[in-house]
Amino acid sequence: MPEKLLCASSDISETTAKICELEGVEIGVIRHKGTVVAYRNVCPHQGGPVCEGLKMPKVCVEFDEERRPLKQSFDTDEMHFVCPWHGWEFKIETGEALGDPKIRLNRYKVIERDENIYVEV
Amino acid sequence: MSLTPNALNYSSDNDPAIKEFNTTKLLKNARKQAEERNYKDFFICDVDSHHYETEALPEILQYMDDPVMRHLGLSAGNVGRASLIPQAIGSQDMAGRVTRYAGRNKEKVPESPHRDITLTRRWMDAMGVDVACLFPTPMLLLATHPQPEVEVNMARAYNRWLCERILEEDKRICSMVYLPMNEPHEAEKMIDEFAERKGVVGFLSTGYLKRPVHDNANMRIFAKLEEHGKPLGFHAAYHWADSSLAQLNKFISVHALGFSFCNMIHMTNWVLNGMPERFPKLKTLWIESGLAWVPFLMQRLDNEYMMRTSDAPLLKKKPSDYMREMFYSSQPMELVDNREALEVTFKMMNAESQLLYSSDYPHWDMDLPSTIYDLPFLKEQAKRDILGGNALKLFNIEPTMSDWKLEARKKG
Repeated sequence: MPEKLLCASSDISETTAKICELEGVEIGVIRHKGTVVAYRNVCPHQGGPVCEGLKMPKVCVEFDEERRPLKQSFDTDEMHFVCPWHGWEFKIETGEALGDPKIRLNRYKVIERDENIYVEV
Repeated sequence: MSLTPNALNYSSDNDPAIKEFNTTKLLKNARKQAEERNYKDFFICDVDSHHYETEALPEILQYMDDPVMRHLGLSAGNVGRASLIPQAIGSQDMAGRVTRYAGRNKEKVPESPHRDITLTRRWMDAMGVDVACLFPTPMLLLATHPQPEVEVNMARAYNRWLCERILEEDKRICSMVYLPMNEPHEAEKMIDEFAERKGVVGFLSTGYLKRPVHDNANMRIFAKLEEHGKPLGFHAAYHWADSSLAQLNKFISVHALGFSFCNMIHMTNWVLNGMPERFPKLKTLWIESGLAWVPFLMQRLDNEYMMRTSDAPLLKKKPSDYMREMFYSSQPMELVDNREALEVTFKMMNAESQLLYSSDYPHWDMDLPSTIYDLPFLKEQAKRDILGGNALKLFNIEPTMSDWKLEARKKG
């Protein structure tokens, strides 16, 4: 598979996805847990710019010993892209939709080499 | 006790998704869809879209007859405004996840035309919508206001403002204007005042009403609508205080059930009390309840009607036969893993002639035209009818095309 230059390593961060355009296709790329992930910037729901929304952690519920909810909390170990159009959430690590892991973002294989980010297309 | 600062603010004003918000940028993928699918070749009408009228409340209040009520709204800032329009509990924006809620206030627009026209045109042009039927947002719960005179005064002021400041200024925006159903004699006056105004394509009954739709006090309203040849829309809403929904503990629950339940109540009363027989020329449009409730209610009512025809003596055919002659807006279409059910639903409701595309933009559960255009079981003509042709007939309007489509056509 041919590699295409996406951007410089210094262009990307852990906080916000950088949106790059490659042959007319927008790709969101972000540094996450020590690796670089890249997804097509199109939500599988209705086509929203999924990588441009908020980054939010998973919401959890904590129970007491009788399974009564105590409180809600954020699990910052699992961060999500939230599509700004409708709020569909996807794990940044895998691209899986929270509501149904069969639905995934379109992921690119990323190569970081010589201070540059390449994707296989 | 010391207060913990909210370190986990994942939707701050500085987030790039919110900081420099622009509708055209947010919807750039919608514009791509419009170009890829050649929407330039046909007319698209969105029969249910919204603006946030409370942002223009000081303007709207200038059109209010009652000086004391106008003073209440203008003098007390947000407190006064809350006393005029009920505030709904619920996180429509999902705690900031749907960024257009937080971003809207930051969007820059030119001084003219009116801000609401610019914002509306931006999303219309992105989606490929040529004509949009524009409705208010917080006022969808105005009918629940405990003071009927507030509902009447707000409705009249809003309708006047809408006609003068928005509909007169843009031929691509129309509306079914607010009808204060809780005060029938005022509703009748409202029909006379607004029926022939530019851009008024019908009248709207909103959400939860204090009396059932078949109440005798409403008969003159329906007769007057028939005389004017204007359709009546029933725009659903949720109302968490409604006793039937009060046990639901989450916004998703009350929203999912409330919007459908609202129209199921009105539709059941409408059909079983023989309103289609009493007002055969009055067309009704059932707005924003999704589609799945339609086959459900058809089956339930037909099954019971065949056993209990004496309970509904005005009917000359099954409830579903009446429902199939009414009109429905499409959003929010139930789209997850149910293609087969959706196809059956379309057949049961005669969707090719009775369904009208709606986006509900800018609300969080909006639908793009592609939700209709990409359905594999519809032929091209059926798609075009649902996206625009059926609205042309119901509203009796001209197919005013957007400028970018006309220019794209010239280029070929």
